[in-house]
Amino acid sequence: MKALLQVHDVSHRFGASSVLNHVSLAVAPGSYTVLLGPSGSGKTTLLSILGGFLLPSDGRIVIRGEDCTAVPPAKRPTATVFQDYALFPHMSVGGNVGFGLRMRGMGRIERDERAKAALEQVGLPGAFARKPHELSGGQRQRVALARALVVEPAVLLLDEPLGALDLKLRRQMQDELKAIQKRAGTAFIHVTHDQEEAMALADHCVVMNAGRIEDEGPPERVYARPATRFTAGFMGESTMIAGTVTKRGTIETVLGTFAALHKTSAGARVTLAIRPEHVGLARTRGNLGKGLVTDVVFQGSFKRVLARSAAGDGFAIIAKLAADSAVRPGDMVSFACDPAHLIVLTE
Amino acid sequence: MRVLAIIYAALLYGFIFLPVAVLILFSFQATSFPIPPFTGPSLRWYGAVLSDGRLTAGLVNSVLVALASSAAAVLLGFRSAWGLAHFRLPGAAWLRGLITIPLTVSYLIIGMGLLIMFNAIGLPKSLWAAGVGHVVINLPLCFAIIYSQMGDHQLTIERAARDLGAAEWQVLLLITAPMLWPALFAAFFLSMTFSWDEFVISWLLTRFDTTLPVEIWNLMRSGLNPKTNAVGALVFGVSIMLAILFELIALRRRPA
Amino acid sequence: MSAAARNLAGWASVGPALAWTLVFFVLPFAAMAAASLTPLGVDGPSLDDYRQFFVNPAYWRAMTNSLEVTAMVTVASVLLAYPFAWILADVVPERWQRLALMLAVLPFWTSYLVRSYSWLLVLAEKGVINTALVDLGLLAGPVQLANTRLATVIGFVHFFVMLLTLTIFANLKQLSPNYRKAAADLGAGPIRSFIHVILPLTLPGIMVGAFLTFVLAIGDYITPQILGGNNELLMPQLIVMQVGRRGDFASASALSLILMAVVTVAYVACARWLKIERV
Repeated sequence: MKALLQVHDVSHRFGASSVLNHVSLAVAPGSYTVLLGPSGSGKTTLLSILGGFLLPSDGRIVIRGEDCTAVPPAKRPTATVFQDYALFPHMSVGGNVGFGLRMRGMGRIERDERAKAALEQVGLPGAFARKPHELSGGQRQRVALARALVVEPAVLLLDEPLGALDLKLRRQMQDELKAIQKRAGTAFIHVTHDQEEAMALADHCVVMNAGRIEDEGPPERVYARPATRFTAGFMGESTMIAGTVTKRGTIETVLGTFAALHKTSAGARVTLAIRPEHVGLARTRGNLGKGLVTDVVFQGSFKRVLARSAAGDGFAIIAKLAADSAVRPGDMVSFACDPAHLIVLTE
Repeated sequence: MRVLAIIYAALLYGFIFLPVAVLILFSFQATSFPIPPFTGPSLRWYGAVLSDGRLTAGLVNSVLVALASSAAAVLLGFRSAWGLAHFRLPGAAWLRGLITIPLTVSYLIIGMGLLIMFNAIGLPKSLWAAGVGHVVINLPLCFAIIYSQMGDHQLTIERAARDLGAAEWQVLLLITAPMLWPALFAAFFLSMTFSWDEFVISWLLTRFDTTLPVEIWNLMRSGLNPKTNAVGALVFGVSIMLAILFELIALRRRPA
Repeated sequence: MSAAARNLAGWASVGPALAWTLVFFVLPFAAMAAASLTPLGVDGPSLDDYRQFFVNPAYWRAMTNSLEVTAMVTVASVLLAYPFAWILADVVPERWQRLALMLAVLPFWTSYLVRSYSWLLVLAEKGVINTALVDLGLLAGPVQLANTRLATVIGFVHFFVMLLTLTIFANLKQLSPNYRKAAADLGAGPIRSFIHVILPLTLPGIMVGAFLTFVLAIGDYITPQILGGNNELLMPQLIVMQVGRRGDFASASALSLILMAVVTVAYVACARWLKIERV
């Protein structure tokens, strides 16, 4: 498949500090790409470069086969949904949504019609004549979305679009955002620091850290088989066991030997990571050894169990057990996992 | 505690209103001295004010100078605030400082400086010279008010408009100016009141055609006179009405 | 847009205001500085007019008068305005506050000149206060109130109490009511809550207000001229007198620059407490 948008070896510096280091990325038509990373990872800078608000120090941006690196925001086939929505406070909702069409010289009647259709698309029919300050946070979010979608951009850029909403509304808007994207068929590029949001939305998840892309791929893969230790940590918590690769290609740890599922060079120091949902209780001796339970947190549908391993340096074990599990703090229990779920992380 | 507070507030209100009350009361004096006992009420002195050609001419001059100098100050203040908020100019902090520094300098010294400079280049005293001085004192104020409203939020919104295809002039006309309208209005209104009330600069820089405060000053030199009371009461009344108007417009525009 | 073009657009919009300030504010200062170095009746540049300030006791006296009056005005205004602003913000019920505040600053809307003149009416020998006190039998005969330092101070305090009430009120209202609740919750009574929590939090605002009072009062010609008369001169009166009576622009310039320098020194001394350089 031919890429709709390509980032070629982009770097950017603010003064002496480098915020993006040789980033390359391809975005497929109709896909939902999420740029995920902590603050300072460069994800927002990359989005600004894609939107044309920032000229990168190095590298090129190609959209639909055309070099857009130095093309101003208005002239490139992107539209941005800003973090604080940036709705024009003195215009009605209809005026906001129709603004882009008005700038393209479209007449009032057609413009209003399209704006109304766009508002319907985002689930806000009837908000046309209202003012932005009369709307709730979630509604403003939808207006911002409609305003950007109505100009039919090839790529829609969203800068932490759900950041200002409370948790419940955020989860609800997530589902709607995905539905709207599928319906519109526009490629979305969405910046967030919330990995749950990223997994729920992304077709393609790009994990960024310190100005680089750490990992990218389908969210299932990035979660289950993270390429780096940073990605593993950022995508969710795990039990981490230090180990060394033997000459036979297996991994030696305080708990014994584990089979390595992917290639590693002999002698390398590695970390085995196991996601909490893959850790279970063992009736007899489990492959994760015994641990002293320190904490049990009931979370509704499951129990989050923290334990300290009895082996070696006493690494932390994190397990997600059934809600009716009878484990209590102070218990000494055996843990086990399916070796197929072991993640091997090189240092 | 509460009783003490009420007594204190009452005393301060008394202190604040005493001179104004005395001014207004004796503007209705029937005899020639605005001192007790009160001999009115009479409109004699209001009649005298309204038939005084110098005072009415001063009033017209004051309005003209206030309108023109405030318009210029708002325009200059807006342009410079916009420029400093949008561009990273070298030495921006110094530029902001330079534009606002006249706020801390006494009107007397500003007027004196202009008088000496105009003298040196042979420019005669005029209402124009006073207007120039009024722009000098009001420009920093307009700049500060408008600049304070140009936060990051404003910049993002303008960015959004540009992203949607608006040209620079469209951003200015359709987004920036309407959004900043309350600040522009407040800056203009404040400039108007400052210019309207300003005495020293006008006094130093005008000669025959002059503003109302200078005419009032000339009137005051003849000592206590109910005519001064009457013109003071009139100015007060007009100012109050304008202030109420301002309040109504500001309130009406405030979002719910 | 390239960096150079952006810079050009920036200068184009800042330019006019900058030019205005340079031509009509900075240049006059240069003109004053030049004028101050060529005293009346002296050929060539001379620091004579600056020397005058230090050797002529009348000039020196005008400066100390100015500083004394301004200090009295600043202290009295803050001390009177703070409790008043606090009452408006705390004791007056919420829905009456706006009206109470508007009433408290209503005389702002009289002309500055006329306000001083009104005090003259009140303080004159046969004015309201003297007449009332004599009629009540509290005074045997009228006392001189007008054309004294007291009259100047009263006139100034009247104006600056309004100004400071406005700024301190705004300051107090900005404080979250939770501060007071937290202090009370932790066992502080109203007085200790005020001393330890409210006062320190509003102090920066008070400092700015006090400095504004100082700057505006020390440079004002109108109030001392109308209310204080010519019995004792303050700096602005002295400056105007140089021009008005003697046509001595050189001396007026020198005195203006000296007054400016005093304000600047005061500013530098207070800059630590004032955060107004960040406009």
